[in-house]
Amino acid sequence: MSAFTYDPEWLTTLNASFMHNAFLAGLCIALAAGIVGYFTIARSSTFASHALAHIALPGATGAVLIGVPVELGLGVFALGGALIIAALGKKASQREIATGSVLAFATGLGLYFARMSSSASQQLQSILFGSILTITDGQIISFAVFDVVLFVLMAIIYRPLLFSSLDEQVARAKGVPTGLLNVLFLAVLAGVITIAVPAVGTLLIFALVITPAASANVLTSSPFKAMVVSTIICLISIWGGLVLSTMFPAPPSFVIVTISVAIWGVTKIIEFRRA
Amino acid sequence: MTEHHHTTGTPTPPPCIVAQHASVKHGNRIIWSQGDFTIPTGSVTAIVGTNGAGKTTMLNAELGLIPLASGTLTVLGKPAGEANAQIGYVPQTYTNEIDSSLTALQSVLLGLTGYRFGFHPISRKQRAKAMEALEYVDIADHANQRLSQLSGGMRQRVAIAQALVGSPKLLMLDEPLANLDLPSQHATVHILAKLNRELGMTIQIVAHDLNMLLPILTGAVYLLDGHPHYASVHDVLDAKLLTHLYGTTVQVIQTPQGDMFVTPETDLHFGAKQPFTDADTHTVGEITSLHEHNETGSSHANHGTTRAERPANGPDNNPDNSPAHDAHTPAAHAQEEQ
Repeated sequence: MSAFTYDPEWLTTLNASFMHNAFLAGLCIALAAGIVGYFTIARSSTFASHALAHIALPGATGAVLIGVPVELGLGVFALGGALIIAALGKKASQREIATGSVLAFATGLGLYFARMSSSASQQLQSILFGSILTITDGQIISFAVFDVVLFVLMAIIYRPLLFSSLDEQVARAKGVPTGLLNVLFLAVLAGVITIAVPAVGTLLIFALVITPAASANVLTSSPFKAMVVSTIICLISIWGGLVLSTMFPAPPSFVIVTISVAIWGVTKIIEFRRA
Repeated sequence: MTEHHHTTGTPTPPPCIVAQHASVKHGNRIIWSQGDFTIPTGSVTAIVGTNGAGKTTMLNAELGLIPLASGTLTVLGKPAGEANAQIGYVPQTYTNEIDSSLTALQSVLLGLTGYRFGFHPISRKQRAKAMEALEYVDIADHANQRLSQLSGGMRQRVAIAQALVGSPKLLMLDEPLANLDLPSQHATVHILAKLNRELGMTIQIVAHDLNMLLPILTGAVYLLDGHPHYASVHDVLDAKLLTHLYGTTVQVIQTPQGDMFVTPETDLHFGAKQPFTDADTHTVGEITSLHEHNETGSSHANHGTTRAERPANGPDNNPDNSPAHDAHTPAAHAQEEQ
C-alpha cells in the first residue's frame, strides 16, 4: 500500500450522505468550540478540557458495555468530572500530579470497560481518535440543540463570565456569582467535549477546542472577534480535513488536527515576528 | 489620635469604615479578633502586619466576601458587602499573574459592564468614561495594547483605572507596590496621592513597605498580636510598635531635614552628617522592605514639617513633596543603582 494516494472519485465521495452529516457536524462543533475555546483559555482552564476528555473515556466505553448510547456515557462522565473540578476549585486543575494520576486511571478504566465486551473493544479506537464519518442524523439534531442552548446561555452570561475570567476576586467583589459561573462554564465545556469527541476522539480534542482559540487570540484581541475567528479556524480545520482526507485517503482526525496545529504554528510565527 | 484629622475646620464627615469587636475565622483558626477601629473618610490608610497576619483577609471582610465570626464591620455606612458598588478594588494579581489577551481598554470597560447579565453593547459614553479613567492614571496611550504586553507597573495602573471607572468613594488596593520597580512604585503612589487630593477618595492599602507610602499616609490599621487597631501615622511610626509588629528590630529616625526613617537597628551607624545612602547597606532579609526611599527632605532642607505632622493636614500635602518628585531626587537615583 502506498503511503500517499490520490482518489479520483473524491467528489463523488463528498456527495455521499455520510459526508453531508460530517460537514454539518463539523459546523455544529466549530460553533461551540469557537466560543468555549476562547473562555477556556481566558480562564486558564485548558488543562481541565484535556482532563474532562480523558475522564469521559470510561463513560463512553462503559456505555457501550451496558448498551446505552456512547454520547450518554460521554456526557455523564464529562459532566460529573466538570462538577468535581468545579467543587475542588480552580487550584485543583493546577495540582498536576493528582490530576495526571486520576487521568491515567480514567484512561485505564476506559480500556478495562472496552475489553469487557467485543463491541466496546471495536469502538475503542473511534472513541479515542474520532469517527466523524459515522455521525447519524440523530446526533446532528442533538448537536444543533446543544449549540442553540449554548448561544442563549452565552448571550446571558457573556460579560460576567469575561469579568470573572479576568479576575475572579474583583468580579466577586462586584457581586458576580463567580462560583455559579464556574460550574456553568465547566458544564458547557463538558457539553462541547461530548459533541466534539465523535469528530476527533478524546485524545485529539485539545487541537480542536483549544488550539483554534489560541490562534485566534494572536490574530485579534477583541473577545468577540476572537470567538468568531476561532470558529472559522475550527471550521476550516474540520471541513478542510474532510475534503483533504477524501482526496488523499487518510484518517480525517489526523488531517483535521494537522490543519488546526499548522494554523496555530503560523500564528505563533506571526506573534514571534511581531514581538 | 483623632486630633490629627479634620484640622481644616470643615464638618466631620461620617467615618468610612467602622469595626466593632470584629473577628474572622478560617475554619477553626481565628485569623484576627477584637477588631475595633474607625477609618476616617478622606484618609489614606495602610493595613500593615507580618505575612499571614490577615491583611488581605481584612480587605475581603470589608468587601463582605468572607463573613465575620463576630462583631460588626460597617463600610460606607452599610454592613460590609452592601456598598461594594461604591468600592474600587485592585487585587495583587494584576502585576504578575495576568496573561490575558484583553486590551487595557476592554479590561477597564469590564469595570463598568462586567457585572451585568444579558446583552449590552458598549455605549460611546461608557467608552469615553473608560478612556477618561485610563487618562487619569496616565496610560491612555496604551489603551489598545493587550494586558499581556504591558509591564507589571502598567497593568497595575490598568487595574486602578478599572476600579476608578465605577466612580468609587473608597479605593482598596492589595499590595499595590509589590513586584514593581522603583519608578513604577513612585508612579503608583503619585496616582494614589492625586486621587486622594483631587477627588477626596478614601484609600486603603495593604502594604508591607510603609516607607514608600509615608508621604501620603494618614494612618494605618496594624494587625498586632491578632488584633487590628487604627493609629494615626505618627503613632504607627513608633519603634517599639514596629519592632513588635514585624518581629524584628526596627528603629524610627528623625533626620535634621525632618524625615523619618524606619530601619533595622543594626544600621544605626549613620549620623546626621552622613549621606543617606549609607543607611541602605544592611542585609536583613524581610526588613529590607522597611527602610529607605524617603529622601524628599534632602532636597528641601528648609521645610520644617516632619512626616509625622504633615499627614495631619489631611490630603492637602505640599505638592513639592509629591512622590513623583521623589523619583527625581539624586538620592533616589543613587538607591536605585545599588
